[in-house]
Amino acid sequence: MLALEINNLTKDYTVGFWKKRPVRALNDLNLQVGMGESFGFLGPNGAGKTTTLKILMRLIYPTTGEAKILGCPLDDMQMRARIGYLPEQPYFYDYLTARELLNYCAKIFGLNKAEALKRTDDLLKRVGLFEAADKQLRKYSKGMLQRAGLAQALINDPEVLFLDEPMSGLDPLGRREVRDLIAALRDQGKTVFFSSHVLSDVEALCDRVAIMNKGCLIESGKLSDILKSRTNELEAVVTGIDEATLNELQVFATQIVPAPEGAHVRVQSDKEIEYVLSIVHRAGGRLVSVNPVRESLEDLFVREISENAKVAKQAAS
Amino acid sequence: MKVVPIALNTFRESVRDRVLYNLILFVLLLVGASIFLGELSMSQESKIIVDIGLSAMRIFGVLISIFIGIGLVYKEIDKRTIYSLLAKPLHRHEFILGKYFGLCLTLFVNSVVMALGISLALLFVKGGADPIQIKIWPTAYLIFLELMVMTAISLLFSSFSSPALSALLAFFLFIIGTFSADLKLFAATVGSGVVKVMCQALYYVLPNLANFNFIMATAHGNTPSVGMMGAATMYAALYISALLAATVMIFQRRNFK
Ligand SMILES: Nc1ncnc2c1ncn2[C@@H]1O[C@H](COP(=O)(O)OP(=O)(O)OP(=O)(O)O)[C@@H](O)[C@H]1O
Ligand SMILES: [Mg+2]
Repeated sequence: MLALEINNLTKDYTVGFWKKRPVRALNDLNLQVGMGESFGFLGPNGAGKTTTLKILMRLIYPTTGEAKILGCPLDDMQMRARIGYLPEQPYFYDYLTARELLNYCAKIFGLNKAEALKRTDDLLKRVGLFEAADKQLRKYSKGMLQRAGLAQALINDPEVLFLDEPMSGLDPLGRREVRDLIAALRDQGKTVFFSSHVLSDVEALCDRVAIMNKGCLIESGKLSDILKSRTNELEAVVTGIDEATLNELQVFATQIVPAPEGAHVRVQSDKEIEYVLSIVHRAGGRLVSVNPVRESLEDLFVREISENAKVAKQAAS
Repeated sequence: MKVVPIALNTFRESVRDRVLYNLILFVLLLVGASIFLGELSMSQESKIIVDIGLSAMRIFGVLISIFIGIGLVYKEIDKRTIYSLLAKPLHRHEFILGKYFGLCLTLFVNSVVMALGISLALLFVKGGADPIQIKIWPTAYLIFLELMVMTAISLLFSSFSSPALSALLAFFLFIIGTFSADLKLFAATVGSGVVKVMCQALYYVLPNLANFNFIMATAHGNTPSVGMMGAATMYAALYISALLAATVMIFQRRNFK
């Protein structure tokens, strides 16, 4: 059984007050996520990530297409009891305390009192809100709300979790904690489907990713397969060199990005690195590091979008 | 039933938002009235306490049902608290019913406390037990039915229009509803076809709040008959069901942006 199956999902929003016209937010999306997978749903702002998740959570209705979670249609109540959802920039009743919120959610799932109390305590500890558990949510910081949101998404011990940008609004330590939490859930065998626009968030966590742009699925698969690691290319970080030396390096480098007290020098292969090193050393500079160049998510977008544009042009001619 | 936790939470919200503080104002009003009316004869005084008390109960209640009612669903959407809720095993109609009965519970508590206050004031004015202290309760029950109708009206409007417009429309219906019995009279006096049919149609569509009004008669020591109370209850149940069904139907199709 698949944890999630999306078939030809399309969503048009109607915009404009007088002259109504449709705006396509999601275009013919097809996606499958297996049980136990942790799946990263990537894309820049406006890619359609939240739109997809909102359709899956029945907050908006698709224009066409359908989706199944755990093999069930979206309005299946038994299935709903087996999933969890963290909305984007979550906000909850600010007159409740975190403990009350979790208890309330537990009641909606029909958990009995003892079970609800136990899970509430466990979860508050797990997301690091135990000390603040009896404070009203209106006094919470953004990061604390995010944690409360995670806790409410986990109250029913769900098999499949849908998280819309779970790490946004968190400080570095908080990001790390949430990352560890997701990793722990994955290790427990849960399916985690989460959206993000930060590559490093998903790198460590995801088995597979889908990359969206402007409502269209650009690519999906293993991250390592998608990001072409141009392994031959190397980047050397050097310091303590002057302008003249930089100009000298230009001959060997494919790209030079000046940095404070030095530069990032990209070269074709390890052969050129030797030349670069000798020049730097002669000039009295220092080598800080040499790393293989890996494509970033930004590079990927640029590459994909330009390729798509090319394909479109060819199709037109 | 998922309606219960939602209703209880809605009740908790209004308590924490200090909605019940209106009771303080109400008590002050009653105490003030009893003191300033001290000059009048005893029977006059109790008449006015009943009139002022029950009328204030109605107006305060209507204000709550309109101004909280229009925000019931709007606030949940605006603040996006509804997102995590509807993803859970919860039908949209359960959500609507929960919000509705939550506010009704608030109004119920509010009305019971007010009616107790009136009974106490009457005890004080009469200087002892008197049938009038009991006689106000059936009338208070009718007022509560009216408040339930007004809450359903506010909820319906807020399911498709902005809070400000909803409040305006609900208030407008409250005024019309109070006088809609006149519409029927008017229809009877008008001879010609179209106007007559229109007036009659309006009479049946608009809420007839006169069904719930027994305040003046109670002040004169009367109680509503069992037949009247039964009819009013039936009317409220039917009218509220229709309103809630319409609200659910609209709400069912909504996209939450
Ligand atoms: N309520 C709405 N009305 C009209 N257009 C909308 C609405 N919500 C979203 N859109 C449009 O749909 C597209 C997809 O938006 P969506 O929120 O799904 O993006 P996203 O991938 O979640 O972006 P972000 O990273 O900023 O959260 C955008 O172009 C957006 O402008
Ligand atoms: Mg988003």
